[in-house]
Amino acid sequence: MMFGVATAAILVGMMLALVRAFAGPTLYDRVLAASSFGTKTVILIGLMGYLNGRPDFLDIAVLYALLNFASTIAILKFFRHRTLSVSLDRPGTDAPIFEERDTA
Amino acid sequence: MDALLANGEILIDLALLTMLVSVAFVMVRSRHLFVIVMLSGIYSLLSAAFFVSLDAVDVAFTEAAVGAGVSTVLMLGAMLLTVRREKPTRTGRTPVAILVVTLVGSALIYATFDMPPYGDGASPANSYMGEVYIDRAAKEIAVPNVVTAVLASYRGFDTLGETMVIFTAGLGVILLLGAGSVRGGKAVKDKPDGETPS
Repeated sequence: MMFGVATAAILVGMMLALVRAFAGPTLYDRVLAASSFGTKTVILIGLMGYLNGRPDFLDIAVLYALLNFASTIAILKFFRHRTLSVSLDRPGTDAPIFEERDTA
Repeated sequence: MDALLANGEILIDLALLTMLVSVAFVMVRSRHLFVIVMLSGIYSLLSAAFFVSLDAVDVAFTEAAVGAGVSTVLMLGAMLLTVRREKPTRTGRTPVAILVVTLVGSALIYATFDMPPYGDGASPANSYMGEVYIDRAAKEIAVPNVVTAVLASYRGFDTLGETMVIFTAGLGVILLLGAGSVRGGKAVKDKPDGETPS
């Protein structure tokens, strides 16, 4: 029962993150929405394991969390440097290449 | 309790599929390429969660690693080489296209009526070879996951061949593009004639 309620809450949270990803308005909103959507997917996978009484998929959920973190870092690096082959500790001198606000 | 559990699973699947369809609609309608790239990452996360809910964990993991991880970054890299916004297309609706889509869609929906019920033990997919694998895998190969047993043992040579093909394709791509193209696709200028490349 508890896991059912938690799953429902996570699903509602996923929909809210989806609304933010659809509406924008800035590109950083969308990056944040995608990242938090990934986190909610991780929690949902863990919860589904407990709902079915087989929490064997928890390690997969943890690996998803790692992937989500790495891809968020990669996307933000692309924002900043236009490339991935830059070390992260380089001070960002380049202006962001994307326009802050999109009109789509 | 069992009925409630089954209903709950159906509700989770319904919620995930609804979100999938809405993401797909927004992706089709949007003209802003960055939005489409981010939404495609969300789309593959959603389908990975849906695959986990269908107990296809290996497929889910491939989807999350390839779809949400690598291909988002690859599409961002491709987007940097082109414009940020898709060119507007003609807004006129072509009746032939709508007719074809409707016909194909209704044919596909009509075909689903012939599918065996979900989880039917007597369906073709679950009877002949699948049944043999499920019966024998636990005895012959001490791997708890039948899918892994089939992929890595019964079809071991097939999997080895697939891995060879993918490895060769990756090598070919690296040879064609050159490892230097990781630097954000910067244009490499040829030296003018008469000058020896350093």
